[in-house]
Amino acid sequence: MSTFKTKTSRREFIRNVSLGSGGIILSFNWLASCNSTERELMALPNNWYELNGYLKIGENGLATIMSPNPEIGQNVKTSMPMLVAEELDIDWKNVLVEQAPLNVGLFGNWQIAGGSRSIGSSWVPLRQAGATARKMLLMAAASSWSVPIEELTTSNGIITHKASGKSDHYGVFAEKASTLEVPEEVELKELADYKIIGHSKKNVDGKNIVTGKPLFGLDIKEEGMLTAMIVHPPAFGKVLKSFDASSVINMPGIKDVFTINTFNDEDARGWSDITAFNEQVVIVGESTWQVMKAKKALKVVWQNMPKTTIKQAGWGGNATDVSIPTGLESSVDHNKKLNDYSGLPLQTARKDGNPEKAFKEAAKVLERTYTAPFRAHNTMEPMNFFADVTEDRAILSGPVQTPEAAEGSVATRLKMPREKIEVHLSRMGGGFGRRLYGTFVVEAALISQHVKAPIKLVYTREDDMTYGTYRPAYTLKYRAAIDKNNNLTAIHVIGGGIPESPLHENRFPAGAIDNYLAEKWVIPSNITIGAYRAPRSNFNASAEQSFLDELAETLGKDPLEFRLELLKRAQDKPVGERNDYDAKRYAGVLELVKKNAKWGAEDKKDLKRGVAAYYCHQSYVANVVDVRMDGSKPIIDEVFAAVDCGIVVNPDAATNLAEGGTVDGIGTAMYGGLSFVDGMPQQDNFDKYRLIRHHEAPKKVSVDFVKSDIAPTGMGEPPYPPVQAALANAIYSASGKRLYHQPFINELNS
Amino acid sequence: MAQFTLNVNGSSHQVDVEPDTPILWVLRDHLNLVGTKYGCGIAQCGACTIHLDGMATRACQLQVSMVGNSEITTIEGLSENGDHPVQQAWLEEDVPQCGYCQTGQIMTAVSLLKNNPHPTDEEIEMGMSGNLCRCGTYTRIKKAIKRASNS
Repeated sequence: MSTFKTKTSRREFIRNVSLGSGGIILSFNWLASCNSTERELMALPNNWYELNGYLKIGENGLATIMSPNPEIGQNVKTSMPMLVAEELDIDWKNVLVEQAPLNVGLFGNWQIAGGSRSIGSSWVPLRQAGATARKMLLMAAASSWSVPIEELTTSNGIITHKASGKSDHYGVFAEKASTLEVPEEVELKELADYKIIGHSKKNVDGKNIVTGKPLFGLDIKEEGMLTAMIVHPPAFGKVLKSFDASSVINMPGIKDVFTINTFNDEDARGWSDITAFNEQVVIVGESTWQVMKAKKALKVVWQNMPKTTIKQAGWGGNATDVSIPTGLESSVDHNKKLNDYSGLPLQTARKDGNPEKAFKEAAKVLERTYTAPFRAHNTMEPMNFFADVTEDRAILSGPVQTPEAAEGSVATRLKMPREKIEVHLSRMGGGFGRRLYGTFVVEAALISQHVKAPIKLVYTREDDMTYGTYRPAYTLKYRAAIDKNNNLTAIHVIGGGIPESPLHENRFPAGAIDNYLAEKWVIPSNITIGAYRAPRSNFNASAEQSFLDELAETLGKDPLEFRLELLKRAQDKPVGERNDYDAKRYAGVLELVKKNAKWGAEDKKDLKRGVAAYYCHQSYVANVVDVRMDGSKPIIDEVFAAVDCGIVVNPDAATNLAEGGTVDGIGTAMYGGLSFVDGMPQQDNFDKYRLIRHHEAPKKVSVDFVKSDIAPTGMGEPPYPPVQAALANAIYSASGKRLYHQPFINELNS
Repeated sequence: MAQFTLNVNGSSHQVDVEPDTPILWVLRDHLNLVGTKYGCGIAQCGACTIHLDGMATRACQLQVSMVGNSEITTIEGLSENGDHPVQQAWLEEDVPQCGYCQTGQIMTAVSLLKNNPHPTDEEIEMGMSGNLCRCGTYTRIKKAIKRASNS
């Protein structure tokens, strides 16, 4: 066992039980409570005893475990309580799960769904919470039975004293345990002793999902609640000039039409506040359809945005003035700039050796340019939020990946102390990064405050797609110098974008190349961008791993062996000191996929294959994709995914994430994208924005994990980037056509 | 506004709504049956799939005035205790990630299996192509449908 000190601060948090289940659950119990499928036939206890803020135990031995982080489909509502249950040493069948509300005092600053960090950041504190409660139960039992605590053992929620033959379940000791001081020190189990971690557990919300129970933000309904929608400018670079409330105010069910300013000019905006469309028209009415109809009928006049400067909050409380570019942008112009950025200043991000000399002396230079368009997140559940704001408190509830940041933005805007604001989390119909930017929470709060009633703000699909925080438009140019002996001597990469560069200058193949130069550039834009599943990596991997494939071919090497050769170099004698990856783990996933896909040995007749690998969010994924071409259409027969994410907490759920990330990656590479004309998004619904559909997905995805004793690393994002390149490389093998510009469907059809 | 009597999940419901209101919003706003989801409003995503006299139908495109005496079945009415073979198969394969589209997927799958109890892989892929899943659970959806078809 490893001993962990319960830090003083943590101890105070854990003991602060009143915060764990304050007033909030009263009106929102239908959102918070959840019975796992197995739990249905078991009676609930008469009394719950809170041992710490993370869990309570009933007199019959059932445990309720709080799941702190937002659930966006990454399965944390199941896998986080598994960490607590493991150390509590209870039978998973006797565990109920509740979604915790925002509670910074209790859960610290990691109550966020972002960066694939939920399991990694809670790995120690959640196991510690379980171990602490277990120890308190043991202390209570030792005292009741008057035996030394060292002689007690636990198993599946039962405490046993072998010498005296005494044995009873946790529920018997829960009341007494709840009155004890939290122990200063707890011991955590060794990997080999795990009974829950590493053993697949089904989604605790599964039954509620397949029976259509109210779980999501859009399902929230409260007494007296009205429905609100916003009308935002139709184009980036436009603002409101005027609107005619009389055009809709007499329509059935319509209660009010007014404008809100989402942020005050004098307040600095936080990182999660969206800078576009500050002033919006709001329509409030009785039912969704009535408001939708009024939204279509409303007469609004827009005008070009004047010169605009906003205050942007920085780290440490320093705000800076940021000017938003004016003008109406178009994709035709963007694409020209992505392909010709001569004249723009390039910033050197990293330089190793003497790349200039290597290129000057090269016998051959391979140069390729890759591009990708803006993308909308397109969560299946559009943005929405419930707000009930009165003069002295605000109750906010719904789907947001960053509840703490959203609460801060509402506190600033309403000038209301955080203590008077409650934020509850619903299950979320997808996140992908879009719900990191909770400006819709501020909008909901302002609307409720204005109409003095509880409201649910609902974005239509069109609102959601045209008022986004998009994945930027990116380009990467790769150059490789090859000497007269056919040796790779240098790599030069230039990453640019509108308005962000995709470059990860310290990623592989940096570290494996003696002469390396990475440069970047950006062009500002008034189109709002934000984190999108595996930010920057979501394109970086596609370009980098496609280029390495073509480079291997140019050098006459097997593409998988070529990568392993470079990784061996990075492992044995790394170039530079800032390499952000572990070359051994990286090579590990390539070795695993090589074995599973029988790379080089398998003869699949009409199928051709491609390989790629990538590192991001502390995890490693390698793919082999098998395709055949049906004309210009690739039929994807099978995708192999080898994943190293450290210890796998919930293997079947992690497999599901890897399968889904694979499908999402293929969809991203092949289809869709957002284009603009005069600042106006040209795709506003799924008839124009193409998402991957069932018949376009791989017939089979075979996932395997590297066996590891490393603390868990990211899982939500890493399976998404590399498959994009593995697909491009497979299509090349099958068709002879290299793909450089996403979405590939356009290039394949041209 | 007008009065309509609807036959939903085997019982009769009176609603007072505008005649052009899509059944999707009648179910969600007026009958509190929120298992039928809003995804696009233009019949492109399938999240709002219900059965109209047993046929899979997009509730966002079906106006309340068009329904008449037809029988509406929503996910809430598919089975008494969530034990329809397709729901069971979904749980056994642990299909959902975010879960938002899954009720629509299940309603389409039930209809597919009713018309074709033993579909081939290709028939499943094409039959389910009208239902989007942003999380990419398609391979598990296919497994669940095959499991249900064999049960």
